[in-house]
Amino acid sequence: MQPTPSRTGRPSTMRRMRSLIRKEFYQIVRDPSSILISGVLPLLLMFLYGFAVSLDLDHLRIGLVLEDTSPKAQSFAQSFSSCPYFDVKIARDRRELEHDLLAGTIRGFVVVPAYFSQYLERPSQTAPIEVIADGSETNTANFVQNYVAGAWIGWLANERISNATPEAPIVQIQSRFWYNEELKSRNFLIPGSLAITLTLIGTLLTALVVAREWERGTMEALLATPVTAIELLTSKLVSYFILGFGSSLISFTIATFFYDVPFRGSFLVFALVTSVFLLTALGTGLFISSLAKTQFVASQAAMTAAYMPAFMLSGFIFEIQSMPPLIRAITYFVPARYYVSCLQTLFLVGNVWGLLIRDLLYMLLFAFVLFILTIRNTKKSLE
Amino acid sequence: MQAEHPLSAPLVRIQNLSKTFPKPFVTALDNISTEIPKGKIVGLVGPDAAGKTTLIRLIAGLMTPTKGTITVSGHDTTKEASSIHHIIGYMPQKFGLYEDLTVMQNLTLYADLKSVFGDERKASFEKLLSFTALRPFGERFAGALSGGMKQKLGLACALLSKPELLLLDEPSVGVDPISRRELWKMVQDLLKEGISILWSTAYLDEAERCDTALLLNEGKLLYDGPPGALTEKVSGRTFRMTPKEGSRRALLEKTLSLDNVIDGTIQGTDIRVVTREIRDPPFDVASLGGDLVARPTSARFEDSFMDILGGGPGGHSVLSDITPEICLGHNVVVEAKNLTKRFGSFTAVNNVSFSIPRGEIFGLLGPNGAGKSTTFKMMCGLLKPTEGSASVIGLDLQEAPSEARARIGYMAQKFSLYTDLSVLQNLEFFSGVYNLRNAEKKKAVETMIEIFNLKNYLDVSAGILPLGFKQRLALSCSVLHHPEVLFLDEPTSGVDPITRREFWNHINGLVEKGVTVMVTTHFLDEAEYCDRIALVYRGGVITLGPPDALKAEARTDENPTPTLEDAFIKLIEQYDATHAL
Repeated sequence: MQPTPSRTGRPSTMRRMRSLIRKEFYQIVRDPSSILISGVLPLLLMFLYGFAVSLDLDHLRIGLVLEDTSPKAQSFAQSFSSCPYFDVKIARDRRELEHDLLAGTIRGFVVVPAYFSQYLERPSQTAPIEVIADGSETNTANFVQNYVAGAWIGWLANERISNATPEAPIVQIQSRFWYNEELKSRNFLIPGSLAITLTLIGTLLTALVVAREWERGTMEALLATPVTAIELLTSKLVSYFILGFGSSLISFTIATFFYDVPFRGSFLVFALVTSVFLLTALGTGLFISSLAKTQFVASQAAMTAAYMPAFMLSGFIFEIQSMPPLIRAITYFVPARYYVSCLQTLFLVGNVWGLLIRDLLYMLLFAFVLFILTIRNTKKSLE
Repeated sequence: MQAEHPLSAPLVRIQNLSKTFPKPFVTALDNISTEIPKGKIVGLVGPDAAGKTTLIRLIAGLMTPTKGTITVSGHDTTKEASSIHHIIGYMPQKFGLYEDLTVMQNLTLYADLKSVFGDERKASFEKLLSFTALRPFGERFAGALSGGMKQKLGLACALLSKPELLLLDEPSVGVDPISRRELWKMVQDLLKEGISILWSTAYLDEAERCDTALLLNEGKLLYDGPPGALTEKVSGRTFRMTPKEGSRRALLEKTLSLDNVIDGTIQGTDIRVVTREIRDPPFDVASLGGDLVARPTSARFEDSFMDILGGGPGGHSVLSDITPEICLGHNVVVEAKNLTKRFGSFTAVNNVSFSIPRGEIFGLLGPNGAGKSTTFKMMCGLLKPTEGSASVIGLDLQEAPSEARARIGYMAQKFSLYTDLSVLQNLEFFSGVYNLRNAEKKKAVETMIEIFNLKNYLDVSAGILPLGFKQRLALSCSVLHHPEVLFLDEPTSGVDPITRREFWNHINGLVEKGVTVMVTTHFLDEAEYCDRIALVYRGGVITLGPPDALKAEARTDENPTPTLEDAFIKLIEQYDATHAL
């Protein structure tokens, strides 16, 4: 006969939490929506940011109106066609291209006027080219402007060298991009998508599963057992931490092996940063769940308080530096901001502790405040 | 028994307990003092929103009292809630089960949470699985269990650590009579083991069988004592009459207007009357005509409940006064012809036919999952039959759905009102849905407000109305357009007896005007109002007839006056015996 085990104390606390965590995983396995959010969503996001969304423009479709057919003008046109950024459609008359611009099949066009080579010959005058861009997509229009200017400068430089013109410019710009040498937006979007996935798992999923327990009446049954509020919170925290960390590993593997995003930091630091960010996301989720007792309210709160800010204000897609000062000030209260910054550092630069430590401390502070608030808010009662 | 459980200190002691909620300001419990003795079953009865759930949650230490104290086995519920959680078993209203966990996973989880380990756990599982007959379903997901089985599993989870006190919050809601009876038997076994039980219920007949009954109404404790003693108070004041001809509904209305009559209900072909005081003759039977005899009958707990509350609502329905007399050409108003509904390979309803003549109340009865709701939904045109047809006033619900529906009134289970709209907005919305316009609409809405006395609540959101008013609003929204046919889905479950009588007064009045009513119910008292009942089981109608004919089929030597519940159980057991799978 075994001695009757004690009904209180640490051993039973551990057993209760282990049982609650096991229960959580049974539910995750049974519930397609949590598998979708933790397993399929990261894949989908990576696929989207890897292939569908791109902030750089290769093969920009533009038109080139050659009113001048002189060798100079031809050589200028040649430099356009051979440039990898452009797909060029050549015409003799601008009216041929106006329709294409209207239909959106080209993003803009460049006019080399009939007097191009004449003006080029005269030292007193500068040769004009005209650039017309589709202003309905401002970003693209800017690209057209800048790329054409770039191409023009390039061509001019070449001309000078080949002609051995004595008046070579004193200063010449040689651009090199550090960290993201190929200027691929994929290289910072894919690490950034991790922040979105983890926000969804940590905040939305956690808030939803707790609200679900309230809705289905299981919370009431749990509260009437010897389980304590801290045990309940901890077991939710541990379960969704494991889930979130697992899905960040999936994302990491795909990013580095499948998309060849450079990873220059160390994996251990990545794991550390990810864990700390997960704590803030879970803290937000549990905090919401201590206030919202229905899944509807919980999902609305999680979307507004965590997902939208993580998406728009973390610097993941929109550059924080180019936001108006007020919005920029708000971004300091978005934990995802620090995580995105850490990720971009780790993937593209390396273990730059000076940057990472600051972000880590901010995130820890966030998590700490959230947990204090949650524990204060969670009473083991129905009121 | 006495020696085993001496009447020492009571297990639960409640002193001057009050509980108020701030938003919206409600006094859920008002100065309650009582005790729960050891090893006894205490029935906590009262209508919805009487404060039953609040009281149970307070005893379980899940809420703190506004005033007063509760101790469970000497532990104060506010200061020592965690000690209380070690000695109670609590089954909340929704049973508290994880639907996406299997039966065994649920049991294991609760065993871990209650620290039931090792040999103790093994023995406990062994016992509970055979006790609840759930052993064959160990690997089944709780969500896939029937209502009755869920309830048993919920009970098993609450019993894992052999609690001193078992709190059951409306365990019999939404559970059919067979499962209710099984649960009752299980609870009797627990009492023998010395477990004290608090059983909350809206069914007064369940309270009648408890050792002590606590009667709650609007937060006040109206009665605390053995149910028999309360029933005793009305003895000699209950009578039955059997009308030989004419309508029993009209007779009930007349009877209720007589002096000394405080309550009257329809019981099959009989009318049951409760009087204010003992007189001879009890009331003016002669004025009712038709050679009626008032035969004394045994008193019930519900009679005394009505007595405490000061009697029923009278018998007259203003609603029926304003309802135009319905004279339809054809006699058959609602008809089901060979109705069949399959969901995939599962046949929910198999070849069901019946027809309801004008001015009849027709009841659909049956255990959970028997096909009753599916049949009902096909009759209202909410579900498309796989085979066969459903028609109302000669209009096929599939071929002419909007014409047919314009002549139907539908009152769904659990008040399908817009809880965020005010009373007036609900009325206006539903009158718009039924195509009432301008003057007609205005008049219909005003009439309803007057009949159902909704004037003081016009701007109140429907969601926070007192339950009785929700019920009135739901009924008024479904009869705004003077429908010829009324479909009622569990119309009075959880409603207090007074509101229920008021509701049936209106229905009876409408039926007298020629309205045809089809009703589904779990509540067998409600079924007594029906002219005919179809007992639905395993997707088919197994018996169809007046309530008294059903009761007659269940009559045995041991049980010469079976209730409708006895009949229900007997007929289903008989069916199972002859149609063994």
